[in-house]
Amino acid sequence: MSESTNQWPIWEVFTQKKNGSSHEHAGSVHAPDAEMALLNARDVYGRRNEAVNIWVVPAIEIVASSPEDIGPFFDPGNDKMYRWPNFYKTPEGIKQI
Amino acid sequence: MTKEEAIFEYCTRIGDNAVILGHRLSEWTGHSPILEEDIALGNMSLDLIGQARGFLTYAGAVEGKGRSEDDLAYHRDAHQYKNKNINELPKGDFGFTMLRSFLFSSFAYLQFRDLVKSKDETISGLAEKALKEITYHVRHTSQWVIRLGDGTEESYQRINESLQELWSYTDELFEENDVDAFLQKEGISFSHKNLRLEWDKMIDEVFAKANLSKPVGGYQSKGGMLGLHTEHLGFILAEMQFLPRAYPDAIW
Repeated sequence: MSESTNQWPIWEVFTQKKNGSSHEHAGSVHAPDAEMALLNARDVYGRRNEAVNIWVVPAIEIVASSPEDIGPFFDPGNDKMYRWPNFYKTPEGIKQI
Repeated sequence: MTKEEAIFEYCTRIGDNAVILGHRLSEWTGHSPILEEDIALGNMSLDLIGQARGFLTYAGAVEGKGRSEDDLAYHRDAHQYKNKNINELPKGDFGFTMLRSFLFSSFAYLQFRDLVKSKDETISGLAEKALKEITYHVRHTSQWVIRLGDGTEESYQRINESLQELWSYTDELFEENDVDAFLQKEGISFSHKNLRLEWDKMIDEVFAKANLSKPVGGYQSKGGMLGLHTEHLGFILAEMQFLPRAYPDAIW
């Protein structure tokens, strides 16, 4: 990617599929500002009834872990069974957990 | 004039506005300044084609001569088209397209808002669906009018030039004739003239943020709803109608 500055900033788009569910990352759009980002996100990711709510976040504001972090960040949980909620029974009638 | 004739006429006007503006917006497909806007213009175009289908299908049904939406869209000539002339003007640059859609959609928004209360259930239902779509069109296009008007020196100059041209087609939005008077008495449609003040307010609000001022005086087009059109409509119809006329048996 060149460092061209004539491109609008990238915004990450998160869509909520129905009330109560979590927002999920849907993709990204270019836009000059927040309102246009929201409109573009609606047009690109919400035009076929995929969403009841949309978040847009400037991509530059997202802080991400780096690939080298994969060991120290995620390994320690793997061998500790007691960290997993496998021994709990899910109450009846609970659909989303 | 019978009630059926009046409804046919009125629904054809709405359907024609939608099919002609929808065609103009579809001309941007693959040519928009950015991908996101290409999709947005395509969405708006498809909304309009959907509205055209609804209103033309109903017009055909009310007329009772067995004409379908396709018969009406593809087998009428320019003088039988009843759209407002603003919608047939060539797409121009991106600012022109956005400003045209903003001016027209603001009118259509008010028109559909009222038609939701129509005593004709089909018209009321079609208006309810169209209102949601047009509400978005107003929002999307007004944002661009603001950004281009309040943008760079060049963007201001270009959209202001577009405004000088488009303004000549705005009085026509509010035109009415005996068809309207008839339907208004029946509670089927509502006054367009009375929408002018509200429309002006919508335009003023956006223009204030866009540093644009409404032109005063000058030529005003009229008569689109009577079949009096600019030279541009014939070219749209030639392109749009070529295939169904050359190959009448063609199907999807």
